[in-house]
Amino acid sequence: MPHDHHDHSHEGLSPSGHPYRADNDTGLSYWQVMEIALRELLIEKGHLTAAQIHAQINAMDSRSPANGARVVARAWVDLEFKAALLDNAGEASRTMGFDIGPMHLIALENTNEVHNVVVCTLCSCYPRNLLGLPPDWYKSRAYRSRTVIEPRKVLLEFGLSLPEQMQVRVHDSTADMRYIVIPAQPEDSFGLSEEALATWVTRDSMIGVGLPLAPQ
Amino acid sequence: MKVRVKSHWPPGHIRTPAYLRGKIGHIERRIGLFNNPEESAYRQAGPQRELVRVRFHMAEIWGARAERGEDVIEAEIYAHWLEPV
Repeated sequence: MPHDHHDHSHEGLSPSGHPYRADNDTGLSYWQVMEIALRELLIEKGHLTAAQIHAQINAMDSRSPANGARVVARAWVDLEFKAALLDNAGEASRTMGFDIGPMHLIALENTNEVHNVVVCTLCSCYPRNLLGLPPDWYKSRAYRSRTVIEPRKVLLEFGLSLPEQMQVRVHDSTADMRYIVIPAQPEDSFGLSEEALATWVTRDSMIGVGLPLAPQ
Repeated sequence: MKVRVKSHWPPGHIRTPAYLRGKIGHIERRIGLFNNPEESAYRQAGPQRELVRVRFHMAEIWGARAERGEDVIEAEIYAHWLEPV
């Protein structure tokens, strides 16, 4: 029986029997030293304050997929807004009050004929100024290389099976644009309020590796 | 409009993916003028370049290995990397 014999050592394990995460006692990397040196110089020379830097970190941490979900929900209920979003997604997001900085955003509409999915094969470009930081898998070599070679197989691994006749459009964020997918609105959600609809829009559905889901 | 991505292999900070070089696609939309990363990465002030979204069929990129030849990839390519076909 697990957790029931007391004759062996639980040294180094938590009360529930799992290993503790090791302290990060390793030395700083070249780039970490560079970042600290640059930050301290900017503060010492009076260009920035530590509080300003921390405020920017907090501002980025406060961005989340919920922002994009509100944009998608608005597009589902307001055809005029949807047209504006497809024309210039950055401007349309700003009109909703989101501070997305200088980001250039393109919205990609999923239909019965087309499914869009976003990747950055060169690095990890992602609409951070709207959706916050990307998931770890988005930055992995496997996702970045396989999505342009075998997108349908990758999407299957995310649990998304697309009809053979539907066209897959892979968008490689190679330069200055960032992308958000407008997933098709699920029939089960027709008639709901904009606020309720936003809870259906998942982060993965805005990257194109998932579909909107009824809230649990 | 049909275009081919130049098959050039210069050193430096290049944002034209290797898997698209030499491939033929269609211009999906023109986005406007942007700084050229090949110069700005080295603090060189050159002219801005037009950025273009190009749509490629999977069959053009991967040939017989393509998962489904009619699926497409769209990418942003700076105009100086494109030549008319």
